[in-house]
Amino acid sequence: MSPSKKSPEDLTYEEAFAALESIVEALESEQHPLNEAIALYERGQALSKHCAVLLEKAELKVRQLSGSDITAFEAGE
Amino acid sequence: MNQLPLFEAPRWTITELTRAVRRLLESDERLQDLWVQGEISNFSRPASGHLYFTLKDSGASLRCVMWKPDAARMKLPLQDGLSIEAHGKIGVYEPGGQYQFYADLIRPAGEGQLYAEFMRLKSLLEVEGLFDPARKRPVPQFPRTIGIVTSPTGAALRDMLNVLRRRLPLAEVVLAASPVQGAEAPHALVLALQKLNTLVHPDVILLARGGGSIEDLWAFNYESVVRAVAASAAPVISGVGHETDFTLVDFAADLRAPTPTAAAELATPYTVADLSSIAQGYQNRLTEAIVWQLVEARRATQTLTERLRFHSPARHLLAETQRLDDLSVRSSRALAHRLQLERLHINTQSQRLESLSPLAVLKRGYAVVTRRQDGDLVHNAQQAPVGSELRVRLAEGELDVQVQESRLKES
Repeated sequence: MSPSKKSPEDLTYEEAFAALESIVEALESEQHPLNEAIALYERGQALSKHCAVLLEKAELKVRQLSGSDITAFEAGE
Repeated sequence: MNQLPLFEAPRWTITELTRAVRRLLESDERLQDLWVQGEISNFSRPASGHLYFTLKDSGASLRCVMWKPDAARMKLPLQDGLSIEAHGKIGVYEPGGQYQFYADLIRPAGEGQLYAEFMRLKSLLEVEGLFDPARKRPVPQFPRTIGIVTSPTGAALRDMLNVLRRRLPLAEVVLAASPVQGAEAPHALVLALQKLNTLVHPDVILLARGGGSIEDLWAFNYESVVRAVAASAAPVISGVGHETDFTLVDFAADLRAPTPTAAAELATPYTVADLSSIAQGYQNRLTEAIVWQLVEARRATQTLTERLRFHSPARHLLAETQRLDDLSVRSSRALAHRLQLERLHINTQSQRLESLSPLAVLKRGYAVVTRRQDGDLVHNAQQAPVGSELRVRLAEGELDVQVQESRLKES
């Protein structure tokens, strides 16, 4: 499923951000039928909200390469 | 004159002989604590962790060994062609029947030796085009996965993680731990870079180490490490030592940061705060765009509605109604006029009628006489013989009378 079809909540920040960006540009540069424009706007709002939530909740994930595996990194220094 | 020996020379086993040579060499205190200088060749570092190499000068060569514990303490990674001073002692490797130098400490030979090596390698790699600015790739504005190659226990890692945690906690960090100094460092650094590129595919790699002496940082001048940086699929940001330290890795990296902390900052051009305000900006533009479109739509709708209204049948109906109203006002006015005229007319007529009315004549004292039997007006006496009953109508009231006498016109 392409990012443009997924529910905003299922997108990564990058996907949501890129989707928001393209919706804004689409709304600014093209004429859409009003119902489509409103649908785009509503999706943009949801994406923007999702981005804010992700930024709010983000926590740096640190992992470690050990051999050929990627494992959790315990900062044990 | 030839004199036969009284006794034959003693017969030694090889082991005895070798041991004797060894004792001889090892008993000479001058050979047990010394510095020797030469250029490294045939350098090898097998899995055992011991180092083997040959030191030579213009006249001779010397086989050298450095045991693993000493090798592990050494910061400067060795390589062929490097001129060094080694401290140690002379001994004998009995199974090989070889005397050799057991090094326990190695340092670059004299001031400027490492610098000269640095310059030699730098110009070699420069000619190859490894430092060409055109090879440098932009680091991503918004890295999702950040690879880090550094020591797992160093302050550099802690500093970088702190910066990344603060600036871009959205990112994911994968550490490929590697010693950053000593004999193992170059190989381990190359392996860490390769593994990150093949197993993790990060968007950017931070290759970092905290400050130290030129020997401490030497692994980052190692040819194989420099080549691995240049060959990295992901762009590499170097952050080795302090601001004033330059290593060859810095020249090969896509971006050079003065410190590990700065490397982590350069890897995250946009912080969450920046991203927040960019997202807010988009949100504003989004709202502006839709509001504009709605206003536009409303205006267009209004214009159309007005145009529609212009052609609306209601408008015609209104006009018709008005005409009707007009007509009805006019007609009622006309009617009223007419009625008034009629009324006037009727008055006149009724006055005329009044004046003609027999009742008016009666008022002047005349009477109307009719026969009661048939209601005929009585014009002459013959119509009313004696005894007939007549009705006399006066201006006020009537009289019923009986004829007593009838005379036809007496003259």
